[in-house]
Amino acid sequence: MAEIQLKNVRKTFGKVVAVHEITLTIRDGEFLVLLGPSGCGKTTTLRCIAGLEVVDRGRILIGGRDVTHLPPSRRGIAMVFQSYAVFPHMNVFENIAFGLRVRKFPPSEIRKRVQEAAELLQIGELLQRYPAQLSGGQRQRVAVARAIVMRPEVLLMDEPLSNLDALLRLHMRAELKRLHREIRSTTVYVTHDQVEALSLGDRVAVMREGRIVQCDTPEKVYTEPQDVFVGSFIGSPPMNFLQGTVVAADASLFVEAAGVRLPPPEMFEGVLRDRVGDPILLGIRPENIEVHKEPRSDALPGQVVVVEPIGFQKLLTVQVHGATLKVTAEADKAVSPGEQVWLRVDPRKIRVMDPQTGGALSPREKGL
Amino acid sequence: MTRKALRPFVLYLLMAVIGAWVLAPLVLITLATFTPQLELYRWPKAFLPSRFSGETLAFFLTTEGVLRATFMSLLVGILTIGLAMAIGAPAGYATARFSFRGKDAFRLAILLTRMFPVAILAIPLAVSFIKVGLYDTPLGVAIAHTALALPIVILITTSVFLGVPKDLEEAAITLGCTRLQAFLKIVLPLALPGLAAAAMFTFVLSWNEVFAATILTVRNRTLPALVVYLLGLSPLNFRFAGGFFMVVPALVVMFMIRRYLTHLWGITIR
Repeated sequence: MAEIQLKNVRKTFGKVVAVHEITLTIRDGEFLVLLGPSGCGKTTTLRCIAGLEVVDRGRILIGGRDVTHLPPSRRGIAMVFQSYAVFPHMNVFENIAFGLRVRKFPPSEIRKRVQEAAELLQIGELLQRYPAQLSGGQRQRVAVARAIVMRPEVLLMDEPLSNLDALLRLHMRAELKRLHREIRSTTVYVTHDQVEALSLGDRVAVMREGRIVQCDTPEKVYTEPQDVFVGSFIGSPPMNFLQGTVVAADASLFVEAAGVRLPPPEMFEGVLRDRVGDPILLGIRPENIEVHKEPRSDALPGQVVVVEPIGFQKLLTVQVHGATLKVTAEADKAVSPGEQVWLRVDPRKIRVMDPQTGGALSPREKGL
Repeated sequence: MTRKALRPFVLYLLMAVIGAWVLAPLVLITLATFTPQLELYRWPKAFLPSRFSGETLAFFLTTEGVLRATFMSLLVGILTIGLAMAIGAPAGYATARFSFRGKDAFRLAILLTRMFPVAILAIPLAVSFIKVGLYDTPLGVAIAHTALALPIVILITTSVFLGVPKDLEEAAITLGCTRLQAFLKIVLPLALPGLAAAAMFTFVLSWNEVFAATILTVRNRTLPALVVYLLGLSPLNFRFAGGFFMVVPALVVMFMIRRYLTHLWGITIR
């Protein structure tokens, strides 16, 4: 098993910088997800690790070994492609055995390993079939089996679930998680689907324009986004951002937003004290807003514009002083469009961002 | 009838005319080939022969030089396939897979080579071939035919290699193959039918080519060169039999590879 280190890796295609000086360490046995919108460089980063792209600058180490100039075959990696890339002229057995045959494993060992991998992916029955006779989900399993049969130190996956239908995707997601627990290869997984990223990753590296914006556990990435981009990319619906101003009154600190004075989260008081009078952005997750139907002094008055039932919840679009907030409410909450509501924000769950840079302010303990 | 309703009618009429323009000579030649010699000269001549006769074809095939010329044509065709595929397939692979400086210029240049008529090229070519000792040899004719076939071979093989997803090759590479191994184990087997089509096309081109073959040979004539030479001296039925014998391989091959020809430009024409 192996740790992957990227050191100042840079990759350009002509004038386009696909990957901008990425430095990242992926721990041995970790499941790391590269998440980002299309064109953010996540797939290129993965292909650099695989050796399918030659980096312009920087170094890549796998298990402490510098593989920057090694071909893919000598990096100890295996890869699952978005298109599955199952060889159409070979049956399932030969597909899975392909890598072992190239590496000249003895036939008995090949048979044993292919059997094992096929069992693990539950395709033991399909070994004699040709890819044309398989469904999308089955092909996907063949592609994964073909990769893990090599017992790679590093398993790379490029959007492996994006070509499956929704139900199958949900199922395979759980399968992949189980698989990782069993084989424990260091895994790098590329996706643009934030739900996939949060559910699979030990850590999620959110990328934007060739850079890693934030690399953290799924919980942290969700609750403590590093900047406005991460907050608005992760979460469905994404984080709300509310313009406000820092005000000091009666020795306490407030953020005045939408005509209401909100007490800032305690841990931010220290940082905000230096910013009295400055504009500030409040990042608020839709589920951290309570909907009240009676006026409250600590709540933002607003008007419901749209009500969308989404099964276990209702998604409200509320107009607050020119700003639009997305709020989730319990499914049985009786609200209708046009109604006046008061929104109470849980002060402990507010993220405070700098409106200029879009970056989150790091909290400081009171009095520090 | 309104104009709109008229349109498909006109379209089909045009198609019928074009079809007839191509098919009528083929049908007439075929009929004449299998018509007994006497019937061929009778006037008025019946459209269908009274009986099927292989005499004329047999006469053609036993004519002095025809078998030898057929053998020469086969030899030249095979040599042309070898040369054209050896040069054209890698070129097609390169245009399909790699982006390189001047790629568009290269593609244009491929087509530009067809701008010069063989008539202009053949004479200097003959002079050069005499100098290097390639004149009147199968290899010499094959080289000329290779030059004629290359643009089309490159176009076909490019589309063939484009049809093999790059992912498959990369998957093979991540599974331990070198580039060459990935090509041999994955790309080649998948491209084989298409490459075979390109090879057959090359063969037909060589089999039918008259001009270069006539100028570049004296004694070692290929079949078309021989037929052209004999044409003026021979009776009507001989001409028909010769025409039929020459056109059949082309028809058969075209029928077999038509799928690839309609994919030529990366789009399907049906």
